[in-house]
Amino acid sequence: MLAWTIYISFAGAAVLMLTPKASLRAARVIALMTAISGFAVTVAAWVRFTPGEILQVARVPWIPSLGIEYHLAADGISLTLLLLTGIVAIAGVLFSWNVERRTREFFALFLLLIGAVYGVFLSFDVFLFFVFYELAIIPKYFLIAIWGSTGKEYAAMKLALYSFVGSAMVLIGVIAAYVEAGAKTTDLATLARYPFPLHFEMWVFPLVFLGFAILAGMWPFHTWAPTGHAAAPTAASMLLAGVVMKLGAYGCLRVAMMLFPGGMEAWGFHVLGLDSWRGLFAVLALIGIVYGASVALVQKDFKFVIGYSSVSHMGFVLLGLMTLNQIGLDGTVLQMFSHGIIAGLLFAVVGRMVYDRTHTRMLNELGPMHLARVIPFAAAAFVLAGMASIGLPGFSGFVAEFEILIGAWRAYPTLAVLAGAGILVGIAFTWRALDKAFFGDAASSTQAAVTLAPITWAERAGTSVLMAATVAVGLYPRLLLDLILPAFNSPLFDGLRKGLWR
Amino acid sequence: MNAMSLTELLRLTLPEIVVSLVGLLTLTLDLVAVQQRTFATRWKVGALTACTGCAGAILLAVLRPEQASIYGGMLVVTPLTEMVQAALAGFTILAVLLSVDSDFTQNIGEYLAIMLFATAGMMVLVSTRNLLVIFASLELLSLSLYVLTAFNKRSRRSAEAALKYFLFGGMAAAIFLFGISLLYGLSGSIELTGVATALESQPLTPLWVVAMVMIVTGLGFKIAAAPFHLWAPDAYQGAPTPSAAMIASSSKLASFIVLAAVMALGLTASGSAWHGPQAAWVPLLEVVAALSMLAGNLAAIVQSSTRRLLAYSAIGHAGYMLLGVIASSELGLRALLYYVITYGLATLGAFGVLAALEKEGVDEIDGLAGLSQRAPWLSFCMLIFMLSLAGIPPLSGFFGKFFLFSSALRASGRLLWLVILAIGMSAVSLYYYLRVLKQIFVLDATAEEEDVRTPLLMRVTISVTALLVIALGCYPDLLLHWIDTALRAMPH
Amino acid sequence: MNGFPWLSVLTATPFAGAILVLLTGKNRNAARIVTAAASGASLAIVLGLWHGFNAASGALQFQERRPWIPALGVDYHVAIDGLGLLMLLLSAMVVLMSVAASWSNQEHERLYFALVLLLETGLFGTFTALNFIHWFFYWELGLIPAFFLIRLWGGPQRARAATQFFVYTMVGSVGLLLAFLAIFLATGKFDFIDLAQMAQSGQLGPALAQGLHWGPWTGGRIAEWVFWAAFLGFAVKVPIVPFHTWLPSAYAEAPSSTTMLLTGAMSKMGLYGLLRILLPIFPEQMQHALPLLLWLAVASVVWSAFVAWAQTDLKRIFAYSSVNHLGYCVLGVLVAVKWTGGALAGEKAAALDGALLQTFNHALTAAALFWFVAMLERRSGGLRGLNDFGGLRKVAPVFCGLMGIAVFSSLGLPGLNGFPGEFLIFKGAFSLATWATALSVIGLLITAVFLLVILERVFYGPVSERWAGLRDLSTGERLALAPAVALMFVLGFYPQLIVGVVNSTVIQLVSQLGPHVGF
Repeated sequence: MLAWTIYISFAGAAVLMLTPKASLRAARVIALMTAISGFAVTVAAWVRFTPGEILQVARVPWIPSLGIEYHLAADGISLTLLLLTGIVAIAGVLFSWNVERRTREFFALFLLLIGAVYGVFLSFDVFLFFVFYELAIIPKYFLIAIWGSTGKEYAAMKLALYSFVGSAMVLIGVIAAYVEAGAKTTDLATLARYPFPLHFEMWVFPLVFLGFAILAGMWPFHTWAPTGHAAAPTAASMLLAGVVMKLGAYGCLRVAMMLFPGGMEAWGFHVLGLDSWRGLFAVLALIGIVYGASVALVQKDFKFVIGYSSVSHMGFVLLGLMTLNQIGLDGTVLQMFSHGIIAGLLFAVVGRMVYDRTHTRMLNELGPMHLARVIPFAAAAFVLAGMASIGLPGFSGFVAEFEILIGAWRAYPTLAVLAGAGILVGIAFTWRALDKAFFGDAASSTQAAVTLAPITWAERAGTSVLMAATVAVGLYPRLLLDLILPAFNSPLFDGLRKGLWR
Repeated sequence: MNAMSLTELLRLTLPEIVVSLVGLLTLTLDLVAVQQRTFATRWKVGALTACTGCAGAILLAVLRPEQASIYGGMLVVTPLTEMVQAALAGFTILAVLLSVDSDFTQNIGEYLAIMLFATAGMMVLVSTRNLLVIFASLELLSLSLYVLTAFNKRSRRSAEAALKYFLFGGMAAAIFLFGISLLYGLSGSIELTGVATALESQPLTPLWVVAMVMIVTGLGFKIAAAPFHLWAPDAYQGAPTPSAAMIASSSKLASFIVLAAVMALGLTASGSAWHGPQAAWVPLLEVVAALSMLAGNLAAIVQSSTRRLLAYSAIGHAGYMLLGVIASSELGLRALLYYVITYGLATLGAFGVLAALEKEGVDEIDGLAGLSQRAPWLSFCMLIFMLSLAGIPPLSGFFGKFFLFSSALRASGRLLWLVILAIGMSAVSLYYYLRVLKQIFVLDATAEEEDVRTPLLMRVTISVTALLVIALGCYPDLLLHWIDTALRAMPH
Repeated sequence: MNGFPWLSVLTATPFAGAILVLLTGKNRNAARIVTAAASGASLAIVLGLWHGFNAASGALQFQERRPWIPALGVDYHVAIDGLGLLMLLLSAMVVLMSVAASWSNQEHERLYFALVLLLETGLFGTFTALNFIHWFFYWELGLIPAFFLIRLWGGPQRARAATQFFVYTMVGSVGLLLAFLAIFLATGKFDFIDLAQMAQSGQLGPALAQGLHWGPWTGGRIAEWVFWAAFLGFAVKVPIVPFHTWLPSAYAEAPSSTTMLLTGAMSKMGLYGLLRILLPIFPEQMQHALPLLLWLAVASVVWSAFVAWAQTDLKRIFAYSSVNHLGYCVLGVLVAVKWTGGALAGEKAAALDGALLQTFNHALTAAALFWFVAMLERRSGGLRGLNDFGGLRKVAPVFCGLMGIAVFSSLGLPGLNGFPGEFLIFKGAFSLATWATALSVIGLLITAVFLLVILERVFYGPVSERWAGLRDLSTGERLALAPAVALMFVLGFYPQLIVGVVNSTVIQLVSQLGPHVGF
């Protein structure tokens, strides 16, 4: 039944292309209905889900001569990310309610992207995984190139090429693994069980992990992210930062780590104090956390602040992946969900509420506009989103970052401490952006405020959806933790657990 | 060398005969019957005849599975060759349909006839194991293609392209012939199996290497592999669109089959210097493949003309396809077949779209700006073709690459470096394909331009091609099944 | 154990009020009425809790404990004992006073009152939560509205004041967070009660030592740092010198009704933290650091008194005076920690009782004082300098009379509520930390001086023409102030009213601080 999330989205995209060009309303409504239906399907599956099971959704032979199957399934981790996709999809449509130019194409591409993302999270066949993963690149390109803002074409091309290069790296690894395992099947579970030789895993793991990590925004391959997010139209940034970066992290977990866990073992020698790929990636993740936050602190462009903050938060995800213990990995998946929602909120405020009205992203130009008085809803939303982003208790980010820090402490204590420092910098840049953008100069309080369009119902609805999600999980994390925890005990992760599990 | 009755021979070569005869028929009809009619009528009649002929040839090839090897391999008819012949005829049908109502020539009958002769040449080319017959049919093919390239008498570019093509081709043919003669001298046979037998008992001498290099040069020219590719950009750009389409699709298919046959059957023996992945020609082809991938993809980045871009991309793709030849096992052959056929479809489609835009005189990439608003369906088809060439799933180009690369790796782990290079260059190629798509979809049209009107037949052809590209990508088995059946029915 | 969740209801009441206020639309009065209703209801619930509270028992009452995040071992755990109930009482009281003081506030009242109610939620939550996770959430929930209250409605230097306030408090909060993270890493627990039990039974020290070594530093060393980090968080809040430098600007620039909240309730969060968290969990570290801490307390008392004397802005005077008064409370708490081998328990109890009594009384008095300053500001068009006024006694006698009472209460005049608390503190502390107590007396003297100076300059002296038309208190204002002033008298004569609430808890706390666990 969950497969319908994919089909509905694609069908919605197709239907949209058939609606008359002039009827913007129809396009918006269709898109919203599609997004809601997809989410409804996911929720229905969630309600009936038994924690720890791997729900088989579809399994048909596709290209039998190569052993490729059309195999869709969901475990707790997939389900969490499916929920994230659904929520961000709905919010994205709501925040794009004001798109006037080529509306139906916009929503069609949006839904195409959503469908592909659903597909990735549901794929349990490596070939199928890759198909959906690459399929997502093209809608991303067009969404940014056509509807983006400053520097859109360059940003779109950069994003497309980085993603493609990353997936090319993954393809090499996947083909190599497929051939090494006898070229009989591309089933995820079977390949996960296959005992690859250690020297094989030692070069395939970093290749595949890096390929995915590029899309997850790992330092130093993250440069596409701030540019891309800043140039993209709001809904695209929400999806990009919120969901698509998680595709990369999900790939790191589901493919790189699950299939080639031996690649994380120690090399047997030391280079610059590092003794394994695991150590290297953990350090790179940490650099991403601190670097992202530090650079965000000095940005002049509001959207770039958020873009770099995404890099920082994804650093947490990647660090969490490398902790290789139960609590760290739980926190990682939860952080994927949490950051997805929060990034969505932040970009919604910055992109839709502020930029679409003021047509500037520069902090020093926004200050004198006294946005806190003119669009107080946006200010309040940003405050709440900022609090969530910092990781205050009551919002979903707290438990997630907490668990990652604890997991990191057990694996790499020094890195955990430094990551804590990163959180501090995070507080600083969030507060700086808030202050500069919304509260402006105290001295010029008598200056007449600019008049801006009021916040529409669609924006309020979208904000409520995202806010409700992050608060619900923040107040009751078990909503998701009950899905995530048992998922790591399934046989899929046997190889991972046997190895370095703490 | 069994004696054979003429009827037997005729029966076996029926597809080629039909095509040749229909070629003559088209010529005659045009000259005799419809000369005075309108342009459109002449095209319709000619195309109808040609397509019927090709369709007939396809039916003959597919519905009568034969298995024969006569005159010591001068003619080999197997399910595989029949399959390839059917594909070649299919490409020709598509090319013919694309040429309907073109205005670059008044000599419609001649044009279609030469297309059919080229097809006949290709059909013979793929069903022979005799070096001289290979040469002869290769010449038939090449000469036809030179003429087809020059057919636009009003365009200087067309003439220039044809001349370059001819000069290069002549050189390459000469070298090829020289290579054949060396092989004959070394092995005493002009048949591939004979050559192979001779190899078993002889060591690898420099003369063998020279012969091998010459063979590769001759055939490498045909497949537009670097460094024998210099004719391709001009030919693709200058030739009339249907001709270019044919060069890019069917000629490529035929040439690759021949290359694979010569390499795998002729220059292979159980002796260690020639067998399987260690065969001596493998490093040579590896170098050629790498050069093609690099030269093709890197040069394509800086092109401003769509056709030249397609030409350089063809060179790059030739590099990938060489992987299938190098793999040289049945796996490699399957992957190669799938890849070349689907590649042919995609390129044909791309040229088709360009043909539709020919009224506008569009060749520059910049000229495609805003096409999505002026011709949405055409743009969508172009999207499919470009993305398939780039290797984006779920289109056939992606599966072709996956299949090809995994088959290459399965055949020999040594090919890993080449696979990595191929995938890397694939990633690079996305850039220039996206550039084209960017012009079409992202940029806005300038105000004065009107919607593009495409003739129905052309629309249908392009759509069918696009549909095939999508279908074969989502259900590769459609084609794979056919290939597998053909291969399985063969003795080796 | 899980009876009717009164405490959760209590915490939810102002929150629900805040949501309602935000939804009230354009009706100017609706926001005020909803706010008054919400804070009134909160007070009613607190009084109800008081009624149902068993004062004879020092144990936790109205307890609710439910599993919340089992993966981290976190429960939703709320309860109150005497200490908690005291804090709830004073919070409800101060918020109500603040709402009354800002009744005629015109600008963006919906947001203003919503923020006040959110702050009240944070207060109630902080004083009832017993698990670090949600305690910290409420702690921060108190910070954010306060920041915005200063930033949006404050005086000319509000940006800088709000920033300073935010940064200092945030740094302190981060210290707390890191400290508890470390504790969790070592013990796997977040619950204050569980941790206190561990400390008492002597398990906490070894657990920290074992779990926290990192690099070249031993667990014991890191445990000390953990203590200081947590201390920092509370020290900034109270505040204790030298972490008080945010306070004068924040108190001065904030609208006076917000300053009432800052001084009346938020500073008590710091004291509460010292008593609820720091003392039970880190008795050894506190004892070890006691000399230094005592000096800090004395500095708070004495230094701030001198500085207050030098100020000319009424709000700044009262701001520094707050630091001074709370310094006494800190002194009272600190002497109770001192290791005496079981002796002097009575003195310790007295000191603590006094500290808590003083806490309540200071809340009442300081809030009232700032209320008066607010009224003065409103009448004078924003002026509040010491030398701006004169002879108001003749022009607005009722005002001066009531304010005079508050000032004398702050001075510690017997008969008013300021006296018993200070008396108890000094009584208890004298035996336990003689020198510190002696030095603190200086603070008393200086306080008396500057407070009398205020009376002299503002109330007495020639009437300047400017103030000839100053309005005296209106009937509404008199009615609003009456309960507060009456309470000052009541508590002056019958402090047992408050001491009775906390005494059992104090005795239990003192006895639990018993054995000195060597480290």
